[in-house]
Parts: sequence; C-alpha cells; structure tokens
Amino acid sequence: MTTAAQPTTDRVTVFPTCLGDLTMPDVVARTFAALRACGYQPRLAEDVTCCGQPAYNSGFDAQARRVARATLKGLSRTDGPIVVPAGSCSAMMILHWRELFRGTRHERDAVRVSQRVRELTTVLAERADRLAALGLRWDGTVAYHDSCHMLRELRIADAPRAVLGAVEGVTVVSTGVAPRCCGFGGTFSMRYPEVSTAMADATLDDATAASAHAVVSADPGCLMHLGARAGRRGDAPRVMHVATFLHEAGLR
Amino acid sequence: MSTGDRLTETTFAQRAHEQLGKSFLRTAVPKATDHAFSALQSRFAGHDYEALRELGRQIRAEAVANLDAHLAVLEERLTANGVTVHHARDAAEARRIIAGIVKGADARKVVKVKSMATEEIALNPALEADGVEVVETDLGEYIVQLDGDRPSHVIAPIIHKTRGEVRQTLSRVAGRELPNDAAELTGFARGALRDAFMTADVGISGANFGIADSGTVCLLTNEGNGRMCTSLPRIHVSLMGIERVLPRTEDLAVMLPLLAGAGTGQLITTYVNLLSGPRRPGEPDGPEQMHVVMLDNGRRALLGTPYQDVLHCIRCGACQNVCPVYRQVGGHAYGWVYGGPIGAVLTPLFRGLGAGGELPQASTLCGACDDVCPVKIPLHDLLHGLRADRADAGLAPRRERIAAQLWSLAWSHPLLYRVSARVGWLGTAALSRLPARLVARTPAGGWAASREIPRVARYRAGSGEPR
Repeated sequence: MTTAAQPTTDRVTVFPTCLGDLTMPDVVARTFAALRACGYQPRLAEDVTCCGQPAYNSGFDAQARRVARATLKGLSRTDGPIVVPAGSCSAMMILHWRELFRGTRHERDAVRVSQRVRELTTVLAERADRLAALGLRWDGTVAYHDSCHMLRELRIADAPRAVLGAVEGVTVVSTGVAPRCCGFGGTFSMRYPEVSTAMADATLDDATAASAHAVVSADPGCLMHLGARAGRRGDAPRVMHVATFLHEAGLR
Repeated sequence: MSTGDRLTETTFAQRAHEQLGKSFLRTAVPKATDHAFSALQSRFAGHDYEALRELGRQIRAEAVANLDAHLAVLEERLTANGVTVHHARDAAEARRIIAGIVKGADARKVVKVKSMATEEIALNPALEADGVEVVETDLGEYIVQLDGDRPSHVIAPIIHKTRGEVRQTLSRVAGRELPNDAAELTGFARGALRDAFMTADVGISGANFGIADSGTVCLLTNEGNGRMCTSLPRIHVSLMGIERVLPRTEDLAVMLPLLAGAGTGQLITTYVNLLSGPRRPGEPDGPEQMHVVMLDNGRRALLGTPYQDVLHCIRCGACQNVCPVYRQVGGHAYGWVYGGPIGAVLTPLFRGLGAGGELPQASTLCGACDDVCPVKIPLHDLLHGLRADRADAGLAPRRERIAAQLWSLAWSHPLLYRVSARVGWLGTAALSRLPARLVARTPAGGWAASREIPRVARYRAGSGEPR
C-alpha cells in the first residue's frame, strides 16, 4: 500500500534472527508493531536462518560461513534496509560478515547486504518523535542492559535510551560502575554454566539494587540468558526486549 | 595449584568452580576491581583518555615493531653505564643466569621487588633450592610468599585475601596475636622487611620499562620497597621482558601517567625509580653491581604474527579490573601466572594452544578490556583469533567440533532449519516435563542446573508476517 506520501525506502525487511524466530516470536511481532508505528512497512525475511555468530565466536569459521551464506542468500533477494532486533547479530552482520566472507565468491554480496543492516533501536530512534506522539506510558523504573557487541562494536548506546525516553512515566537507570556483560556470550553460557550464572546474578542484583522493576535490552541473547536465570530465581526483576517494553507501554 | 612456569592440569571450569565457592573472593574481587575502575575513570575525567592512550599505543607499537634495534641501543647504553646485560631465551636460562649471579656473590639472602616476570620464570623456588633465603618485599607479595600462595592480580597480588587472613599469617610470623588493624599489621610487616633490606646481599626486581636512549631501568612502586631493594644490597638484578623497552626518555611523559592512571587511578606512582647503573666512584649509595637480564621466553616468536600487539602490554591490570569473568572467578582460575583477558591471551601464546588453548574460551568477548586498555590492545580480537587457531589446529574438544558441524549442515538450508525448529519445539517441550535429575543427564543439563530452558516456539513457515 505504497502511496506518494510514503517513499518506498520506508519498506524494510526484518531479519528475526534465530533466537527471535525460534524462541521469541512475540518480540518479532512487537518489532513489527513498533516499526509500523514509526511509519515503516516491515516484511519478514524469508528463507533465512542465523547470522553464524555462535560458530564464528567459537572459532569455527567454515561452519559459521556455511550458515551465514544461507541467510545472506535469503537477504540478497530483498532490497532496502534490513532491520535486526538484536544487537550482537547486527554487529556480526555489519562488521564481521565482510571478514567471514573475505576472499570468497560471496564477498561482494556480503558487503552489499551488511551495508543495508540496521539495528532496530537506531531505526526507531530516528523517529522517536512519532513514538513520543503515541502517548505511550509505563510507570516504573527500568535498567537498560547494554548488549556488549551493540555497545562496544557498533557503539550504539543512545538510540535505545532515546526509544525508552519516548515513553511517559518511566525512569531509566544505569547499574554498576559501567555497562557489564550478563554472562551469556553464546556458547560460553553452556561451556561455563557456573561462571555464566554468576555473571547473570550480578546483572540482576545490580538491577535490583537500582530498584529496577524491569531489565530491558535490545538483544535476544542477553534476554534469553537473563530471563532464564530470572525465571529460575523467581526474585529478580522482569526481563524484556525494547519492543516488548513498547508494547507494554501501550503501543499497538 | 602449581606455580611459576608450570601450568595446572585442571580445567578452567574446575578452577572457576573452586574460586566461586569462596564467599570472600565473591565480594572482595568485584568490590576491589570496581573501585580500581572507578579510580581510573575519575583520574581521566575531564582529560582526553582516548588521545592519551592513542599516544601510548603509538609509542608501544614503535618500540615493538623495531624491537631488536631498540634493544641494541638499550644494551649499548646500559653497558656504557656500567650495567652487565644478560640474555635469557627461556625461563630455565633466566633462572640459571640469576642463580649464577647470586651464587657468584656468595649471597645468602635476596630481597625482591614485585615482578610478574620473576613469577613467570618461577624464580623463587629455584633460588631457594640453592639454599638462598628469598624475601618478597611488596606487602602483598610478602603475604603471598608467607602463605605459599600465588598473586592473583598483576598489581594487586592479594586482591583475593581478607584482612583477617593477613592477620593470621602475620601473627604466625610474629609468634603472637597481632591486632586486626591495617596500620598495626603494616607496621609489623615494615619492621620485618626492614631487617631483610639491611641484611640482603642481592636485590631482584623486574622492570616496568627499559629506556633505550639513556640506558635506564624504570621501576614503579607505591611502597618504597623498590628503592630499598635496588640501593641497599650490594647487587641489583633486574629481570626485564624484552618487550618492555621504550625508545626515548620522553616516552615516560605518556607512559607514566598511563600506567599509574590505568592501574590505580593515580596521577603518578608514589615512587618512580630511574636506575642508570651501579654506584660510581664518589657516589654515597647504590649497588656495587647492576645486572639486567633480558627475558625472551616466547616474546620474540610473536613478532610478525597476528598477536604482535599483545607485546604492547604494560601490565597495568586494567583489563582484569573491567573483566566480568575475572571479577567472578579471580586470577587463580586462569591456571598460570597471568589472569583475566591479558592472561587468556598470553598463556596460550607462551605455553601453547594445547595447554593454554582453553583460556580464550573463558571470555564472553564482551570487549570491555579493549575499551579500557591504556595502549589499545585489541584483546577481544586476539581472543577470537586464538579460538580460531585452536579450532583450525583440531584442538577443540571433539564434542564441540561435531556439534558445530551438525549445526552448520542443518542451518545452512532453510528447510532443514525449519525441521530443526520442529525438533527443538518437541525437544524443549519434552525437557520441560522431565524431572530435573533426568534433565541434568542431557546436553542441556549444564544450562538447566541454574536456568530455565527456553521453549522453542511451534514453527510455522514465514508468510511475510510474524506469527
């Protein structure tokens, strides 16, 4: 339903990521709603699987490349921005795909696609005024949890906070002396469950100490891990994706 | 736990488990490291830390890129200053050289300044085997030595100990109950160490920097013990990692504030010793002999490799202070001399991918170390590179190799991915109904011991809309 008033560049493709697709379909749905509220026309990417990050980070480059190639192929068939509701997957695609495919016949495709990838909150933050005009409200305190790769590889810190700032009633707090990893780290969380859990506890305890009602993040990896630990503990703040938070604040 | 140049044979998970059980460590290490990082932030607040560390990176990169040329100048100037220069290819040779100097001087007692290089070559046991009494004179290292322990942080060796433990240790030495008071305990140690300074024949130190253009060993301390060890005994021996050379004296203008600021948040360390040779005729103090032992021990082999940048390290410990893994498990979990991110890079490089190859996995690749490093070593890239090297060398555990292979075969085809999604849906649904003791025996057991198992949603093929 493209009209003259809405340029075609507002059409975006959403790559749900494997974690989003398999374990958090609600986050993908909330992502669609948020994008629509900001005037975008999202479509779900088809025939995609995973960005390859789990194997890449474990040192298995060939295996990572094989999986990433499937996703690259699926995304090559689309055009316009590719919105990814996951900080670390965005970093993998924007920064590491070039390296992963360097010297292969897919290098040009990888570079071309990686240039189209946008992390979700940066896309939403550009239209934070539209979010603010929706009269969203969430009363309480939120600890925003920076995804390490989103923060330190993509240097995205302000955008998610700007998105949260478009909601009335919420206080966003920082925890600890500096943004700190939640202990997920992909395969790290399975290789070293005890250390990983101790790190999750530190993150959740910091949020509790800051009187946070919820921990909000823009990375399904952190969220799956923190949510799984919070679920077991039963005494920790709730854990949710930025898009879910917007939904709770009334975005439909 | 083994010491010095031997690696422990336990796994990181086993060592971490042991450390995680120590309740004091679990509160003290996060507190101390947070404090150190806050001190760094305050130190550089209002200053351009980014610009300063770029200068530091350039200085270190230049020093290491032309390492042999700078070392040649350093050796020439040191020699001209009356210093005897030795070269040690590995730990054993370094031990032999230093033991030879000590024996040649007929020395009975050695006092030491805190030095990670001497830890790396396991010097103390070697000297003690020769019947020499060795006294560590940094307060933290002194406690470590009395306890038969090992330092767990490059600049804060007893970050893992309570004051109560320190009191017990010193009371044992004193032969009486010392009060649980930091000033009293320090006072007792000072008295004991003072005797050692006065009676030692040889003082052994490391070297924070070796300054080429003036032939100077730069030694930084906060307790003044470095000055005592290098001026009171007849002989001073400095063990210097060859990478610690600085081309010019003026480089200190950048490196001193960087090292002190990144390490402890200080403007400058309390003592800055610039040691340019033994006592000259007419001088009232200083050692009769000064020796510098230049230690390779795996460093030169890193030149020209993708890991050359790790030689820029100035051992400030900032990466340990910000590391979310280190703050949970402490330095001993890393199994050798160096802990934290720098240890996870240095250990496999110095000791081989077989023995030390697991350590790069003991990181979430969060990148906090890169952002704090005063000489901008890309530690998380190096950790990632070492993971790839280990996998390429076929040294990754078989189970992981098989898992990666199966995973990549399935997820490289969208159809098989959907099939695996269905399997995952059934599998996680089944797991959620199993009793915990049975879940523990599945591959999900490690995760599930402390965390809920995420449920895979029932998969429907994409239709351009989310489900």
